Amino acid sequence: MSHAEAHLDKLPPEPEKATLEGRNKVLGFWLFLGGETVLFGTLFATFLALRGSVLDGPTGTELFDLKLVAAATFILLTSSLTSVFAVQAMHHKNVKNLMIWLGVTVLLGFGFLVLEIYEFYHYVHEGHGFTTSAFSSSFYALVGFHGAHVALGVLWIGLLIIQLKVKGLNTTTAPKVYVASLYWHFIDVVWVFIFTIVYLMGKVG
Amino acid sequence: MAHSVKKYRGLMDWITTVDHKKIGILYFAAGGLFFVIGGIEALLIRLQLMFPLGADGESWLLSGQTYNEIMTMHGTTMIFLAAMPLIFGLMNAVVPLQIGARDVAFPFLNSLGFWTFFFGGVLLNISWFTGTVPDIGWTAYAPLSGTEFSGTGSDYYAIGLQIAGIGTLVGGINFLVTIINMRAPGMTFMRMPLFTWTSFITSGIILFAFPALAVGLIYISFDRLFDANFFVTATGGNSVLWEHIFWIFGHPEVYILILPAFGAISEVLPTFARKRLFGYSSMVFATALIGFLSFMVWAHHMFTTGMGDIANALFGVATMLIAIPTGIKVFNWLFTIWGGKIRFTTAMLYATSFIPTFVMGGVTGVMLAIPPADFQFHDSYFVVAHFHYVIVGGIVLSLLAAVFYWWPKMFGRMLNETLGKWSFWLFFSGFHLTFFIQHFLGLWGMPRRVFTYLPNQGWDTANFVSTIGAFFMAAGVIVILINVIISIKGPKAPADPWDGRTLEWSIPSPSPEYNFKQLPLVRGLDAFWLEKMDGKKEMTPAEPLGPIHMPSPSILPFFMSLGLFIAGFGFMYRGYEFDSALINSLFGNDIIAILGLAITFVCMFLRSVYDDHGYHIEVEELQKEG
Repeated sequence: MSHAEAHLDKLPPEPEKATLEGRNKVLGFWLFLGGETVLFGTLFATFLALRGSVLDGPTGTELFDLKLVAAATFILLTSSLTSVFAVQAMHHKNVKNLMIWLGVTVLLGFGFLVLEIYEFYHYVHEGHGFTTSAFSSSFYALVGFHGAHVALGVLWIGLLIIQLKVKGLNTTTAPKVYVASLYWHFIDVVWVFIFTIVYLMGKVG
Repeated sequence: MAHSVKKYRGLMDWITTVDHKKIGILYFAAGGLFFVIGGIEALLIRLQLMFPLGADGESWLLSGQTYNEIMTMHGTTMIFLAAMPLIFGLMNAVVPLQIGARDVAFPFLNSLGFWTFFFGGVLLNISWFTGTVPDIGWTAYAPLSGTEFSGTGSDYYAIGLQIAGIGTLVGGINFLVTIINMRAPGMTFMRMPLFTWTSFITSGIILFAFPALAVGLIYISFDRLFDANFFVTATGGNSVLWEHIFWIFGHPEVYILILPAFGAISEVLPTFARKRLFGYSSMVFATALIGFLSFMVWAHHMFTTGMGDIANALFGVATMLIAIPTGIKVFNWLFTIWGGKIRFTTAMLYATSFIPTFVMGGVTGVMLAIPPADFQFHDSYFVVAHFHYVIVGGIVLSLLAAVFYWWPKMFGRMLNETLGKWSFWLFFSGFHLTFFIQHFLGLWGMPRRVFTYLPNQGWDTANFVSTIGAFFMAAGVIVILINVIISIKGPKAPADPWDGRTLEWSIPSPSPEYNFKQLPLVRGLDAFWLEKMDGKKEMTPAEPLGPIHMPSPSILPFFMSLGLFIAGFGFMYRGYEFDSALINSLFGNDIIAILGLAITFVCMFLRSVYDDHGYHIEVEELQKEG
């Protein structure tokens, strides 16, 4: 048995909650997500208030391509599942699988971002820029804020994989993995609302 | 190996500290500085309004533009840069001690919260030196805050408050987790002192209110800097949207400020009346109820916007509901001191004077909550009188009570009681002289936010009287500052100068960096008082003496905030025409903004990659300190 494996055996069953620092971090992050909910709630409220103000620009019905958005949704929801697998692997103290699943999550998140950037590029081409109308400003603010969250998550989880490689799984890195997966679920949930409120409601006019 | 971590001295110690007590002092110092700046602005406002417009049609002191700038900065400074940090300073100094904790949950974030607040405040005030001061009122209503009607000053407002707001949000989360996770053995929720309870509820309100402001300020910045259309009516935007976003943050903000003030009053009154707080559980309930209702009433600021009768009536009734829990509190305070063995120290003078003063502010609040009446009061000096009775008569009086009460614990020195009482009578009489007459000025028709008025409308004497009162308040503040300065050489404070009831009085003044050598065992409400009544001198320890783990100091929070500060300037001046081509290209191509953000992100990266293992204070050191 190698040194690292012996260390893993000593790790408690839920290493993210083994120390007070870990418990603080998990609770603090839940609360932070509460604040994030208000942040996105305000962005959604703004979008709902302004989505009719399209002026001369294209409307949502003309713009949105549900096939592309459905693909993006599928990718992002799958990445939420793979982040659950990552936390499962962590609880089984399987660092290799943990890193693999986190890696898959990052790849899927990256794929989502590529689709979103393509989508935005396409919209700007159709005359739907950030400054076109109140509708377009609130659209890019809401969807763009979500996209920025995904981009940050990709960088963050990517950094965590490197940390796991260097430092291994311990009571310092475990809470980081756990809150990163909380964050990832949260941006998934936000996307479900974006898909419904922005795209589906936009498509029916 | 006790101090294997590097210890800093002098200025570096203050910049790198993660000790909640030192951060509390930093909040006090910065908040006190901004309080003085905001106070000078208030004096200039009152001086300008002392006399009506002259016969020659010339304003005697300030131009309309300068007046608007001073009025905007007075409101913004006092709310965000004076009241908020002073409350956070108190929370830092007191809450961990009251719950028997060695530290806050996130010492690093605590430091980050202070520095973002500080750099946000500095950024806002730099506008005085660049000559582009915010002149849009502290509410920054659209379209006034848009590019059509205001200049770079509005960018200072939006970005300064944005940076300062990050600190507040971070601080709120920190105190929520601290209070939930780090209470001493036996310190159940219903044994927590009222100041801790109110800090807890306030932190919850911060968590759910500040993100709305953050989004609103981002919209202003996007509209101004990137030509977005959120509040621009010509391109389909909606200026009333800003009012909703601002007040759904802004009204809870009022309770963010007043609840810890209530908590401080609930600590000072029992101590100096030598009675336990009357109706403790109803106080907790009332605090939670106020916290909940604070999110239900924002549109009472917008009765005259044209929301319709139904909305106005609903928000009016919801607003009046808040009078119920507040009334519960007022009666509980009265019953607390009723029949008590009262000692009128300076802290007690401020605390008792708070009760009738705040009730007056509350009563005018209920008057304003009646929409038909509000149509008459709206935008008149009646409103100015109302909110100064709530904010100065409520928050400032109780903050001063709290400062005189907890000063010995924070600094280890006593404040002078004679000077304290002088400051009280000057400030208290000056306050009522300034603001009581403003109710009538409003009813006599004087509008607020005007830089001058014509003579012989029946307002001249009242304005003159009001200004005299402002100078009494200024004299009171000067006496307080003198008191603070001489307290440096003043008598050393004993551990328990007031015969206190809560845990913070069971440890030395000032408290050691680890607060509690051994965590105390809490046996009930008023934990320390219980032990004293059992004839003991100190708390029963809940653990054997052992090495204490401490977090390492860090410079990263300072640089993270500095990065945001630099990025703020980068964004503000990205479309500005400078004389120098080099500076133009630096700002115009967003190089400064990206550089600032890069500093912040590199600091975040370093924080994530390098684990802080902290250090231990060993048992021998603890024993040596006695």
